[in-house]
Amino acid sequence: MSLLQSADALAALPEIVLALSAMALLMLGVFRKKGAADTVTSLSVLALLVAGLLVMVMNSGTTLQAAFAGAFLVDSFARVMKMLAIFGSAVAIVLSWQFMRRENLASFEYPVLILLATLGMMMMISANDLISLYMGLELQSLALYVVAAINRDNAKSSEAGLKYFVLGSLSSGMLLYGASLVYGFTGTTAFPLIKNVILSGGSSLGLIFGLVFVIAGLAFKVSAVPFHMWTPDVYEGAPTPVTAFFAAAPKLAAMALFTRVMVSAFPGITPQWQQILVFVAIASMALGAFAAIGQTNIKRLLAYSSIGHMGYALVGLAAGSVEGVRGVVIYMLIYVLTTLGVFACVLAMRRNGKYVENIADLAGLARTNRGLAFVFSMLMFSLAGIPVLAGFFAKLFVFLAAIKAGLLTLAIIGVIASVVSAFYYLRIVKIIYFDEPVAAFDAMDAEVKMVAYASGAFALLFAVFARPLTDLATVAALSLF
Amino acid sequence: MIIGLPHFLTVAAILFMIGVFGIFLNRKNVIIIMMSIELILLSVNINLVAFSHFLGDLVGQVFALLVLTVAAGEAAIGLAILVTYFRNRNTIAVDDINIMKG
Repeated sequence: MSLLQSADALAALPEIVLALSAMALLMLGVFRKKGAADTVTSLSVLALLVAGLLVMVMNSGTTLQAAFAGAFLVDSFARVMKMLAIFGSAVAIVLSWQFMRRENLASFEYPVLILLATLGMMMMISANDLISLYMGLELQSLALYVVAAINRDNAKSSEAGLKYFVLGSLSSGMLLYGASLVYGFTGTTAFPLIKNVILSGGSSLGLIFGLVFVIAGLAFKVSAVPFHMWTPDVYEGAPTPVTAFFAAAPKLAAMALFTRVMVSAFPGITPQWQQILVFVAIASMALGAFAAIGQTNIKRLLAYSSIGHMGYALVGLAAGSVEGVRGVVIYMLIYVLTTLGVFACVLAMRRNGKYVENIADLAGLARTNRGLAFVFSMLMFSLAGIPVLAGFFAKLFVFLAAIKAGLLTLAIIGVIASVVSAFYYLRIVKIIYFDEPVAAFDAMDAEVKMVAYASGAFALLFAVFARPLTDLATVAALSLF
Repeated sequence: MIIGLPHFLTVAAILFMIGVFGIFLNRKNVIIIMMSIELILLSVNINLVAFSHFLGDLVGQVFALLVLTVAAGEAAIGLAILVTYFRNRNTIAVDDINIMKG
């Protein structure tokens, strides 16, 4: 009791519940031997829902709670991001259910690994110290490496896992080297203390050097250019529901971590990191816009699209203001909810019992399945940022924040990049509506259909219920400053 | 000559660079990449322990211990993925890891 103060345990209760249930489910899977996959999968969704509920109700009265000597922080920002991450993981598990069965991949390890990755994400989001940052990040990454290679008998999947592992460990190493320099030149690992040291004039060349390494490591985790090389290969090689998972929750958690590190540990040297982020954001937006044009595989196209979207989210972070962070929160919220829908649509691309993933397979979908065609095109319009759809507001908030912070050029380049990227999103809509139809897809699974339609409805109707969501984002952003 | 903090930092920086170049210049074997990753993590540990000693602050050594445990886990997972890769392709040459590109 003395070691684990009850207040600390209370603050981290959702994480503790998730960790214990992951271990319990692993035991269940091992001891049940046969047919444990279904039980473990449904129970892991239940565990995620319980954790999400706990995040929602716990400490909702207090605005800020630091636990474990300040290494673990539960503020409104952490709560909002954690709920989104848990939601993304739960939806990813639900989406994978039928796919894993059909492809003979159903195993109890998969949902357990997703639970552990989610636990890592929650630790990343709450991390307020370089050590807890590193532990959360590694817990998430190690689980993700294995999940990428979950299809053991497939050369593409194991190659995806291997590439992800090699580049991921390199980036962790860089982040760690940066963290060691930051520790050495400030004498502390706690974010608030680092901030105080810098504000009292303790900024030095060594510290900036460390900061650059930390940014490089974090940029890898959010797949921003020039550390994006793994993204297309991993997205293409991993099984589709795994890709859906990769595109949503881990991106959100990494972006939340990025935001917290920059805003709460290094606000004293904002001009220094702002330059780097402006460059990274421009490069990501440009690459996302141009490299996706020539793609024929839908998963690879979505990989480049996600690189571009991370660029837009970084525009908000580069502003470094409350509005900017608010923009990031709104952007990630909309990005996660629409991306899950897009991948649900990709999972509906199944012909004669086999999953297909070429863009050409979508030809004439409007004539064979009107509902799916409509939802798919709405989500594409939203990702492209066509006005009144959700994606438009996401971009609007980050660009407004950038203009307010005096980064006019960045905002203009962002608008140009989003116009260029509209080309390949609209090309998909054109293929769906105007090309000669090929054979129809098989009937959609109920849960895939539900996720796709719900996400399409969200993209379409975001403007109607935007107010509570933007208010939530404002509260979350204010808690960081 | 008195060995001070700069000497330790230099050694760590050299090890770190060897690790990074080992990943990028090596075209032969993935095992060498794993060794390079390990080298990077060890260079960080030298940094942390040296800073910890010269700052008179124990946090750095705690950090180094945690890095050691994570490095062990990372090596285990990396080798496991490498084994599945080898079963599928019958090679672990870096130049052959190219089913997907573009």
